Amino acid sequence: MTSYIIRRLIQGIIVLIIMTLIVFFAMRLLPGDPLTIFIGQQASSGSLSGAQLESLRHEYGLDKPVMMQYFDWFGGIFRGDLGTSIYYHEDVGKLLGERFPITLHLGLVAFIIANVFGILLGLFAGIRRGTWIDSVSTTLANIGITIPVFWLGALLIYVFGLKLHWLPIYGYTSPFEDFWLNTKQIIMPVICLAITGMAYTARQMRSAMLEVIRQDYIRTAWSKGLPERTIIIKHALKNSLIPVITLMGIGLGMVFGGAVIVETVFAIPGVGRLLVTSVFAQDYVVVQSGTLLIAAIVISCNLIVDISYGWLDPRIRYG
Amino acid sequence: MTKNTTMIREFSEAPPRVNEWRRFRRVFFQRKLVIFGLVILTLLVIAAIFAPWLTPYDPYIGDLGESLAQPSWTHLLGTDIQGRDTLCRLIYGARTALIVGFVTTITAAIAGIVLGLVAGYFGAIINMIIMRAMDALMGFPMLLLALLLAAVLGSGIQNVIIALAVATLPGYARVMHGLTLSVQENDYILAERAMGSDKWRIMLNHILPNTLPPIIVLVTLQLGSVILAEAGLSFLGIGIRPPGAAWGSMVYDGYRFLLSNPVLSFAPGLAIMLVVFAFNMVGDGLRDALDPRLRGVI
Repeated sequence: MTSYIIRRLIQGIIVLIIMTLIVFFAMRLLPGDPLTIFIGQQASSGSLSGAQLESLRHEYGLDKPVMMQYFDWFGGIFRGDLGTSIYYHEDVGKLLGERFPITLHLGLVAFIIANVFGILLGLFAGIRRGTWIDSVSTTLANIGITIPVFWLGALLIYVFGLKLHWLPIYGYTSPFEDFWLNTKQIIMPVICLAITGMAYTARQMRSAMLEVIRQDYIRTAWSKGLPERTIIIKHALKNSLIPVITLMGIGLGMVFGGAVIVETVFAIPGVGRLLVTSVFAQDYVVVQSGTLLIAAIVISCNLIVDISYGWLDPRIRYG
Repeated sequence: MTKNTTMIREFSEAPPRVNEWRRFRRVFFQRKLVIFGLVILTLLVIAAIFAPWLTPYDPYIGDLGESLAQPSWTHLLGTDIQGRDTLCRLIYGARTALIVGFVTTITAAIAGIVLGLVAGYFGAIINMIIMRAMDALMGFPMLLLALLLAAVLGSGIQNVIIALAVATLPGYARVMHGLTLSVQENDYILAERAMGSDKWRIMLNHILPNTLPPIIVLVTLQLGSVILAEAGLSFLGIGIRPPGAAWGSMVYDGYRFLLSNPVLSFAPGLAIMLVVFAFNMVGDGLRDALDPRLRGVI
C-alpha cells in the first residue's frame, strides 16, 4: 500500500512536470509580444524608445533563452516566487492569492451540492426504478449534461435577476464582509457550476445502485429481515459509491473548468476570470502559474481518489 | 476455477442464431428518445446543407432599420442589434456546430486511436511516454486547455478545431489503450504472432476492428460535448470571427438585450442544448445496441 502511494505520487509529479512544459512552451508559441501589447499605447505615441523596450524585456527576463526562462520560472515555484505579471504589474503569487479563495469558495460549495444532490437523486432513482422519482431524476440528469452553462446563467439572470429582482445579477462580496449579500450573490453561479457534475453523479449513482441491489449479499440482507433503510444505507450505498467517487476527481476538474465560464457570466473576480483576461492579454506569467495551480489541484484530487479505493473496497489490491 | 465455469457456460449456452444487424436495429430503434435524437440530427444536417435556400435573409449583413425587432411573421425569432434575422443566423450556426463537431471528433479519434494502439501494443517505454503525456493533457480541465490552445493558435474555425481536437484526444487514447491491452490477450492475436505476421498488420487488421464498437459509441457521445465546448469557447470570444454565426457567441451577444429581447440569447442556447441532447441519446442508443456491457463504462 505504501509503495503504491509512493509510486502514484512520483507518477503524479512526473505528470505535473510534463504539464508545466506543455503550458510554458504553448504560451511561448503565442504570436505577438506581450510587452508590445501591454505598452501598446505608450509605444504608439512614441514615448518609448527601443532602448527602453530592451530594458523592460530584460526586467521581465524575456531576453534570456527560452530554456533559461523555463528553469527560472520552475525554480521560482519552489521559492514561492511566481514572477511579476506583465499586464497587471503585480506579483503573480499575490494576484492568484487574492482570487483563488473566491474560486475555491464557489467551487467547494458547488462541488458539495453537486455530489450530495447527485448521490441522492441517483440513489432514489435506482431503488425506485420506473417510478416518478426515477423519471424526474433521469430527466434532470439529461438536462444537466446537455445544458450550456453560460445559457443556464442567462436564464437564471433573466428570471431571478431581471424579472423577479430576487438575486443580484453579478459580483462577489466577501462572506466576512456581508454574509447575506454573499449568499445571494453566489446562488446562481453555484447552480451553474454544480449542474453538470450533479447530472453525471446522479447518472453514475443510479446505474451503480441498480447493479448493487441485484447482488447476492443484498438478497441475504433482505431475507434476514433487515429494514430497507439499513439495507440501503449500510449495504448498498457504500458499495455503489465506488464508481461515483472516481467521478468526483473528474467532477472537481469540471468545477474549475466551469469557473472560466461562470466567472465570466457573473463578473466574479476569481482565478477563472483572471485566466481568461490573461489569455487575451497574452500575459504568460499569469497564465502558466494559474493553469499550473488548477492542474495541481486536479491531479492531487485524482490521487486521493485512487488511494481511497482501497478503503472503500478492500477487494482492490494494489499491485 | 472461474475460468472453468465460464468455459462450461460458453459450451452449454450456444449463441442464439440471430441476425446481428436485425438485433442491432431492434434495440436501437426501440427507444423513442433515440428516434427523437435522430430526427433532430436529420433536421440539423438539412439546415446546415441547405442553409442558403432555407432563409430569405443574409446572415452577415443586416437591415439596420430592423434592429432589435421583436419576433413577428417576417422575423420569426426577431433580429439582433445589427438587424440580422436570428432564425437565419441560427440556421447558419448549425453549419459551424456541425463542421467543428465532426472534423474535431474525427481528427481527435484518429490521433487518439493511433496513440492508444501504439502505446498498448508496444508497451514499455513507448507506453510510458505516450500515456504520461496523455495524463498530463487530461489533468487540465478540457475547457481550460482548449482556451489556452485557441489563444496560442489565434481565432478562426480551423484553430478552434485543432484546440478542441488536442483537448479531447487523450480520452480516445486512454480508452483505446485499455481496449488494446485486453484484445491482444486473445488467442487469435497469439496465433497471428506465432505465424510471424507483421506488427502493423496485427494492429490494424486484427486489434483495431475488435475495438471498434466502444470507439464508435465514444465518438458519438463526444460529438455532443465537442459542440458544447465549441459553444463555450465562442461564448468567451474565441473562435469564429464576428460576422460568422456561432451559437455560443450569439448567446453572448444577446446578453446585453436580455431584458428587452430575451429571445436573442434563449434561442441559440436552446439549439445547442437540443443538438447535444440528440447526440447523447443516439450515442446511448448505439451503446446499448452495439454492446450493452459498456453501460457505465462509457
